[in-house]
Amino acid sequence: MEIAFTLKQGNILAVTGPSGAGKTTLLKQIAGLINPQFGKITFDGQVWFDDATKKSFSPQLRNTGFVFQDYALFPHFTVEENLSFALAKEDDKSIVTELLEATGLTQLSGRKPFQLSGGQQQRVALARALVRKPRLLLLDEPFAALDYAMRYSLQALLLKFRQQFGFSIVIVTHDVGELFRLADQVVVMDHGKIEKAGTPVEVFVKEDVSSQDFIIHGEVLTCTQQNNQLHVSALIENKIRTLTLPLHFETELIPGKNFTLHYPLDSAQIRLINPS
Amino acid sequence: MDWQPLWLTFRLATITSLILLVFALPLAYWLAFGKFRGRGIVEAIIGMPLVLPPSVIGFYLLLAFSPSYWFGDFIERVLGLRLVFSFPGLVIASVLYSLPFMVYPIRAGLQSLPASLREASYTLGKSERETFFRILLPNCKPAVLTAFVLTFAHTVGEFGVVLMIGGNIPGVTKVASVAIYNEVEALNYPAANQYALVLFAITFVILLIVYSINNNLLRVRQSS
Repeated sequence: MEIAFTLKQGNILAVTGPSGAGKTTLLKQIAGLINPQFGKITFDGQVWFDDATKKSFSPQLRNTGFVFQDYALFPHFTVEENLSFALAKEDDKSIVTELLEATGLTQLSGRKPFQLSGGQQQRVALARALVRKPRLLLLDEPFAALDYAMRYSLQALLLKFRQQFGFSIVIVTHDVGELFRLADQVVVMDHGKIEKAGTPVEVFVKEDVSSQDFIIHGEVLTCTQQNNQLHVSALIENKIRTLTLPLHFETELIPGKNFTLHYPLDSAQIRLINPS
Repeated sequence: MDWQPLWLTFRLATITSLILLVFALPLAYWLAFGKFRGRGIVEAIIGMPLVLPPSVIGFYLLLAFSPSYWFGDFIERVLGLRLVFSFPGLVIASVLYSLPFMVYPIRAGLQSLPASLREASYTLGKSERETFFRILLPNCKPAVLTAFVLTFAHTVGEFGVVLMIGGNIPGVTKVASVAIYNEVEALNYPAANQYALVLFAITFVILLIVYSINNNLLRVRQSS
C-alpha cells in the first residue's frame, strides 16, 4: 500500500474506492490491528507506528474507536454489558448511561444483540466505540446495511457526537450522498494507492475520477428544459432532488423511469437501468 | 460385580479431561492465532495419537517411564514417583493420548469466531488474555463442551496404552476396558457383559446429553 494523508483535528475523512482497494486494511492499520510493512503513522504528535524504529503502539494504547462492518457486538453480552465492557476499572460508569440515552437504547439495554434490528445493533456498535472517549473514530462502511431513513438518523447522530466529543473521524463509505453529507476530506483509493484526494466537491464535481464505484440511483419525476439545460426532479434515496444536466440526456430521462448516474457526470456514463 | 475397574475408569477419565482442559486452552489459542514457524510440526505431533496404534505410544511411554531410562529414573529420583504400572503414569499417558481430542475442537471453535470480535475487544483496550477469557471462550462453549466430552469418552475407551504401561493391577491400573478383556480371557462372559453394558450405557448417555445441549446452543445462535 502507498498511502499518505493528513487529517485535521476534528475533521471527517471519507475513504472510498472499489472493493479490494485496501480501505479496511487502511483502517485496521490506523487502529493498530495490522502493521503496515513500511511507513509511519503519527497521531497528535505521537508516533503510533514507524518501521524505521520498529516502533508500534498496540491497539489497546492507541485509543481509537472502531465501528466494524459486521458491528462485532459481543453475542453473549447484553447491550449495556457490551458498552460497559469497554470501561477501564477506574472509569466513571455514568458514560454508559449517557450513551445509552443519547442513542435511544435505554429501553433495550437488557437485550442481547440478536434481539435487535440492524439499525439498533449499529447504534450499540457506535455507542460502544465512544465509551472510551476516543480521539479518533474509525468506521468501516457503518451504515451500508441500513435503509435510508435509518442511515440519515445515524449520520445525524454521528455528527452530534463529534460536536460533543470533538473526535476526528475516518469513515469508509461507498455512498456518495453520505460522503457529501459528512466528509470534509475525501480519499479515493484503488489497488492500495490514493487515486484522488481533496474535498468532496473537488474530487467528485470539479474533476474527473475514473472509479466506477460512485453511483446514484433514482426515478425521474419531471424533466423540463430551461436555459439550454435539463432540470430534472428525481426521487433519489426517498427524497425529491433536482438535478441540472446537459440537454442531450432528454431522450433518456423520461418521467416514471429509473436511471443510474455514474460519477463524473459525463454523457458517456449515464445509463438507464430499464430502458423498456 | 466388582465396581472398582469402572470407578477407576471414570476417575482416570475425569482427571485426564480436567488436566487436558487446562493445557489445551492456551495450546488451542496458540495454534488458532499464533504467528510462529514450525506450526506444522507442532500440529503433526499433537495429531499423532489419532493415527498411531495405541501400542506404539504405549511402547515408547513404557520405555520413557521405566526407571532403567533417564526420564523415568529422573522422575523417580526427583519426585519419588514411579510412572510404570501406576495411576499417575496412566494419567500422563492418557493426557498425551487424548490431546488432539481436546485441542482440535477448541481450536476449530476459536477459529470459527469472526476476527472482528477479537479486534473490537483490542480497540476497547482489552488485553489478549482478557479478550480470550471474557469474549472468545464464552462464545465457543459448544466447542469446549464437545472437546471435554470427546476427551472423556476417548479416555474411557482407552485400552492399548493402558495395557502397555499400566498392566492389570486391581484398584491401581485395572480399568474397565482391561477388566472386560480379562473376563473374556477367563471365558467369564457374563461378567464381561456387565462391564461392557455399563460402559456402553454411560457413554451413550453422556454423548446424548452433550449433543442435546450443543444443538440447543446452536439453535439459539442460529435464530439470532
